[in-house]
Amino acid sequence: MRRGLLHSASFRFAMIYAILLAISAGALALFLWWATAGLLDRQTEAAIRSDAQNLAERWQEGGLPALIITIDDRLTQDVEDDSLYLLVDPRMRRIAGNLARWPSGVQEARVWYELPILRAGVRSLARVQRFDLPGGFHLLIGRDVQVRAELRTLLTDALGWGLLILLGMAALGAVLVRSLFRRAIAEVSATATAIAGGDLARRVRLSGRGDEFDQLAETINEMLDRIGRLMDGVRQVSNAIAHDLRTPITRARTRLEDAALHADTEEGLRAAIERGTADLDGIVAVFQALLRIAEIEAGSRRSAFAAFDAVPLLDAIAELYDVVAEERAVSLAVEAPPSLACYGDADLIQLALANLVDNAVKFSPEGGAVRIVARAQPGGAGGGGVEIAVWDQGPGIPESDRARATERFFRAESARSTPGSGLGLALVQAVAQLHGGVLRLEDAGPGLRAVLVLSAAAPNPA
Amino acid sequence: MRILVVEDDKDVAGFVVRGLREAGHVVEHADNGRDGLFLAASEAFDAVILDRMLPGGIDGLRLLETLRGQKNTIPVLILSALAEVDERVRGLKSGGDDYLTKPFAFAELLARVEALARRGKGEGPVTKLTVADLELDLLSRLVRRAGQKIDLQPREFRLLEYLMRHAGQVVTRTMLLEGVWDYHFDPQTNVIDVHVSRLRQKVDKPYPVPLIHTVRNAGYMLRPESA
Repeated sequence: MRRGLLHSASFRFAMIYAILLAISAGALALFLWWATAGLLDRQTEAAIRSDAQNLAERWQEGGLPALIITIDDRLTQDVEDDSLYLLVDPRMRRIAGNLARWPSGVQEARVWYELPILRAGVRSLARVQRFDLPGGFHLLIGRDVQVRAELRTLLTDALGWGLLILLGMAALGAVLVRSLFRRAIAEVSATATAIAGGDLARRVRLSGRGDEFDQLAETINEMLDRIGRLMDGVRQVSNAIAHDLRTPITRARTRLEDAALHADTEEGLRAAIERGTADLDGIVAVFQALLRIAEIEAGSRRSAFAAFDAVPLLDAIAELYDVVAEERAVSLAVEAPPSLACYGDADLIQLALANLVDNAVKFSPEGGAVRIVARAQPGGAGGGGVEIAVWDQGPGIPESDRARATERFFRAESARSTPGSGLGLALVQAVAQLHGGVLRLEDAGPGLRAVLVLSAAAPNPA
Repeated sequence: MRILVVEDDKDVAGFVVRGLREAGHVVEHADNGRDGLFLAASEAFDAVILDRMLPGGIDGLRLLETLRGQKNTIPVLILSALAEVDERVRGLKSGGDDYLTKPFAFAELLARVEALARRGKGEGPVTKLTVADLELDLLSRLVRRAGQKIDLQPREFRLLEYLMRHAGQVVTRTMLLEGVWDYHFDPQTNVIDVHVSRLRQKVDKPYPVPLIHTVRNAGYMLRPESA
C-alpha cells in the first residue's frame, strides 16, 4: 500500500500547511523590517535633507561666515552627538565641521554614501551626502548611524533566527497535521477494512467532538446500517423461503400425492387437484408479498413520489371495507380534516392503510368499532407530518410481541386462528420506512392502535 | 374469436391453446417472436396473448412496439413472469392493453382476453345499458328493474355498470378491483364478494330471476337467463 510521498494526501496537506506558514511568516518579517530598520534610514535621510535646506538658506543670507557660525552652533547644540558636518575650500582643506578630512570615497553631489569614519579616534559608521557650494566650496552633511546600524544588525539577526525557528515549527506542524489527518481517517479506514474482511457489525467510532469527521463517520455508519438492514431482509426472505414456505408446499405436495395414490373416484381426484391448486395459489401470493416487501425495502420506488391529498384515499379504503365490517357488525368510521396534504407513493400508502384496516376489521370482535383517525402533525424540523391511526377493539398485540410483530411471518399466539400470512405489518413497516416515516403499534386498551406517520411535503434537498 | 398466442413454453402454450379452443375460440400459436410478429401483422385477430421473454431475437416488447409502430391497434394481453410494478408499467407503456403475471389461473386469462377482444369492437359511446329487464342510465344515473327504480350507492352503481358493460362475460375479482376501485393489489379478504352480495340484495333478491351469477373458481357473470 506504500506509494510515493506525493501521492499521500496527508503529506500534501502537511506541505500546504508548512508552505502557507512560511509564506505568511516571511511576509510578516519583511513588513517588520520595512517598518523599523527602513523607517530609521528614512528618518536619517529626512533629517540630513532638512539640514541641507537650512544651511543653504544660511549661505544665501550671510555667505561663508554665516555658514561657519551656523555649523559651529549646531555642533555645540548637538546633544545626541550624531551630526556630522564638514565644510572644505576648493582645495579640500577643512574650514569648519567635526570631521578631520574629506572622506576619499565621496565624489558626487547629492548621492547617498554610507562609509566608515574615524571620530575622535573611534571607528564609526556614517551616512552622508555631498553638496557643492558656489566658489568651489564643498559641504558634507551626515549622521553617525553606528547605533542604528547596530540596531539593524540586531533586528536582522532576530528576524533571521525567527524565520529559522518558524521553519522548524512549520516542519513540526506539518508532521502533526499529517498524523492528525491520518488518525482522523484511520478509524474509517480500519472499519472499512474490517467490513471488507467480513466483520459486518463493525462501525466507525465517533470522537464525540461533533466535527466534520464525526459527521462523515455518522453518514458512513448510517449507510452501513442501511446495508445491514437490506442484508438482513435478504437473509429473512431466504429463511422464509426455506422454512415458512416449506409447510404449504409440503401440504400441497401431500394432497396431490395422496390423491394420485388413493383417490377412488374421478370426483375425489378433481377435488384433490383443486385443493392442491388453491394451495399453490396461496404459496404464490406469499411469494408476491415477499417480493413486494423486498422491492419496497430496496427503495427503488421513490420515483413515483408525489404530493397528494390523503383524505379521498382514506375515504376510498373505508368505502371498500365498510361492507366487510358491516357483515361482522363492526362499525368503521373515518375522522379526518377536510383535506390532508401528504407526500409519497399514493398507491403504496393506500396498500399499507388497506392492510391496517383489513387487520383491524379481521381482529375486531362482533359489535366492535374500527376508527381511522388522521391528523396533521405540527411542523417539526422535517416540515410536519401526517399521522394516520387505525384503532380497533380486538385482542391487540401483547407488549412482548410488539417489537417482533413487523417481522416477516411473525404471528402472535392470539392471531394463529385468524387467516393471514403474517406479512401485512412487515409490508406496512416497509412502506413507512420507504417514506422516512414510522409505524407505531400501541395499546388502545382494549385493542390495538396502529399509527402510521408520514411526511406532509417533499424533503428539502439538503 | 380469433386469438393469437405467442408463447415459447410448450406446456403453458399447450394449456392455453387447449383452454381457449374449449371456450370456442379459433387459436393460432407462435413459439418465437419472429413468427409471432409475422402472424400478428399479416392476419386478422381479435386479440393477442403475448409472452415477454421470447427466443428468436424479437422479445415481447419489441414485437409489441413494432406492431404499434405500424398503427396496428389489435388488443394485446401481456402474459409475463416479470411481476415488478416497474415491469408492468413498461409493458403497458409499450402498448399493452392488459398485463397478467405468471403463474396465472386460466379462468382469469380467459376472462381478461375475452373482455379485451370485445372492447376492441367498441360500438361508440353508450348512454344506456340494458340486460333483460334491468336498465342502467348513465346520464341520469338511474337504475330500473322491471320498471321499478332501484336506489344504489355511487360505488354500487359503478360495480353494476362494470358488470353490465361485460354482460355475458366472466368478470374476475381482480378485474373488478382494478376496474371499479382502481386498486392494483390483492386485498386477501373477500371484500369483492361482500360488495357483490350487497348488490345482489338490491338488484336480484326482490325479483324471480337472478341476473348476477357466480362462476365457480373464476368470478361473476351478469347474464339474462340462468343456466
